[in-house]
Amino acid sequence: MSQAEFAVGIDLGTTNSVLSFVRLDAVAGEEIPVDVLAIPQLVTPGAIESRPQLPSFLYQAHPDEIRSEDCTLPWSSVERSLVGEIARHLGSKTPIRLVGSAKSWLSHAQVDRKSPILPVQSPPEVTRISPLDASTAYLRHLKSAWDAQFPESPLADQDLVITVPASFDPGARELTVEAARRVGLGHAVLLEEPQSAVYSWIQASGGEWRNQVRPGETILVVDVGGGTTDFSLIAVSEAEGSLTLERVAIGDHILLGGDNMDLALAYGIRAKLDREGKRLEPWQLQCLTHGARDAKEKLLGDASLTDVAIAVPSRGSSLIGGTLRTNLTRDEVLGTVVDGFFPMISIESRPQQAARAGLTTLSLPYAQDARITAHLAAFLSRHIDAAHQASGLVPEGSSRFLHPSAVLLNGGVFRSKELVDRLLAVINRWLEEDGASPACLLDGIDLDLAVSRGAAYYGNVRNGPGVRIRGGTGAAYYVGVESSVPAVPGIAPPLEALCIAPFGMEEGSEAALPPYEFGLIVGEPVHFRFFSSKVRRLDEVGTRLDWWAEDELQELAAIEITLPAEQYLQGEVVPVVLGARVTETGTLQLEAVARDGGQRWKVEFEVREREASSTDIMAS
Amino acid sequence: MSIDPQVVPVTLDLFHLVLGALVLILILLTLVLALLPFLSAKQKKAQVEVSEEMPAPPVLTESQPTAALQLLGLLQQEARFIDFIGEELQHHADADIGAAARVVHEGCRRVIQQHLKLEPVMTESEGARVTLEKGFNAAEIRIIGNIVGAPPFQGSLIHKGWKVRDIRLPLMAEGHDPRVLAPAEVEL
Repeated sequence: MSQAEFAVGIDLGTTNSVLSFVRLDAVAGEEIPVDVLAIPQLVTPGAIESRPQLPSFLYQAHPDEIRSEDCTLPWSSVERSLVGEIARHLGSKTPIRLVGSAKSWLSHAQVDRKSPILPVQSPPEVTRISPLDASTAYLRHLKSAWDAQFPESPLADQDLVITVPASFDPGARELTVEAARRVGLGHAVLLEEPQSAVYSWIQASGGEWRNQVRPGETILVVDVGGGTTDFSLIAVSEAEGSLTLERVAIGDHILLGGDNMDLALAYGIRAKLDREGKRLEPWQLQCLTHGARDAKEKLLGDASLTDVAIAVPSRGSSLIGGTLRTNLTRDEVLGTVVDGFFPMISIESRPQQAARAGLTTLSLPYAQDARITAHLAAFLSRHIDAAHQASGLVPEGSSRFLHPSAVLLNGGVFRSKELVDRLLAVINRWLEEDGASPACLLDGIDLDLAVSRGAAYYGNVRNGPGVRIRGGTGAAYYVGVESSVPAVPGIAPPLEALCIAPFGMEEGSEAALPPYEFGLIVGEPVHFRFFSSKVRRLDEVGTRLDWWAEDELQELAAIEITLPAEQYLQGEVVPVVLGARVTETGTLQLEAVARDGGQRWKVEFEVREREASSTDIMAS
Repeated sequence: MSIDPQVVPVTLDLFHLVLGALVLILILLTLVLALLPFLSAKQKKAQVEVSEEMPAPPVLTESQPTAALQLLGLLQQEARFIDFIGEELQHHADADIGAAARVVHEGCRRVIQQHLKLEPVMTESEGARVTLEKGFNAAEIRIIGNIVGAPPFQGSLIHKGWKVRDIRLPLMAEGHDPRVLAPAEVEL
């Protein structure tokens, strides 16, 4: 591989993807200039524009829908999948052919993430692709755009960082790397998005960040994207006279974001129009959602506005008379968004889990409680001793939750100043009730582009001097084993969880092998239940839990081992132990190690690949 | 004698060498003869310009319609511009026109902001007294009213003017027809 000239960061987002880069020869000390790539993409048939964001959508056009000459991209005239703005544009009118939120599906452990399931609600004749295929298509587009712009420095030769939500499980991380591998970017390393936002803040401050935080403090990162919300805690400490940062806790995967707020407003307006006797057709709701978002940003950005008009045009050519006019008032926005998503609640509040009934269709596990502050209260309370365990700092006597001293916000919804103020007010009230000093707001990042910019920055400091956030894996991992107790008729033997990978494993490190072996039958796939815990920081390899609190362990998709019948006889039982290591890339890898001989087999995260899917056939 | 055109001569005799040279000379002669009128005319024209200083005929350029069509297409897609202009206002109430105007205004603004970088010609506030030095750019600043004397001129700024610093229209695929400002839509 030739010497890299750029450090490139890709934010493969749920709704938008962004690529940023650092010219390595332009780096001077703490001045690290980061640029954002203008990504050429079709916006309407036949029209190509370069935009900083590539909407993460893919449209499966009908063969008669668009003339092939109108699908030309600067680097290809035969591209068949429509990706980016054009996909969102066409999909808004024909949703049955639109693939969206592929990233959320990628982390959905209850579905087969390698089988063609998207678009979910489309008739059988529409070609379906897997969440993995969709991510691959977005990466392929970004790679082509880069290679067209820098033909002398192909992306495959550059230092590459791809961001993933902190809450992505090992299977989803592995799939992200696999998508990169499929387009020849297998050298990419992964970085958690909230960490990336922190890097972007460090980069933007140009060295000034050291004056904004002090050792012993904890930074809370709240990243509210279009469809997901991600929390992380970063502890600041001092080592050998310089500040160090350590990511000490990550939150759960919460499918709740800015799009929910816009939709909530649109439903509110629809109800208002209903009362006025005006019926909205489904296509009008789409326009209304866009209008509501713009109006929301205006109202929450300017306290002097009391209402903003929204106009929904007719679809036909007669515009006057056919246009529906309505408005969004300040009270409605405050009620729906500020009090609905960021209510002033106590630190004891927890997200409500309603039992789901009658859900038969395939769908994403959306958050059921829209209150982001409730999710935050749960997160901060769960991780009360995270900073303590990481840095030896003792929490104050009467604390009921981890006290953040600084807050870094990321995501387009925080363009609305009033939401920033409200979130900070909620946190500061919790702090005040505990007798702690208020948290300050860290700012200076670009809310839409920070994640990719931070990734490019990280790509640069990874191989050179500069501050790095330590932290390793944000969870400990366990396999389920049946405990050996006397059989009781009618009762399944209780399950124990055996720790095979401790919390905070650094990239490129290997966990010790647990002193517990399994007999695997050669040639037969064996499944293990697989769990993670984001709070059990002290469990070592080999720890066996026979009891745990309900929210301490989360079950992930199962893992599967098949011992090939090469040097063993079919049906033979081979004693193995399960080992874990974290690759340089940042993915967790499980291995079965034979007790006798030390032979190793890779253990797959079960994302089940049935038969060769269409893309595999194309690739071979 | 039978001639086989497929056979390539293996040796080069004197007769064929002379024949080849003759062909080359004839080709050159034809070219020179054909180009002679052009060359001499050009020379003559240059002589005329120098000696009599006749003004060259003014060069008027005709705009390519493609960019104009593209911009119109964008205004229609984003702002329903053609729809709006095509309507008869007298049949509608002001409230309805107002509602439609919001769509047009928001969309037009989006198109302008996305594709053009606009800046005022003069940055002083309108109504302010301004001085135009000698040699001001008459293409950028138009003087009106009591135009007498010589610069520097004193006057009040009526309109600050607009100029485009940068324009970025979408690239077009080959074979794309920009005359279709908005395709007809048929819902199935």
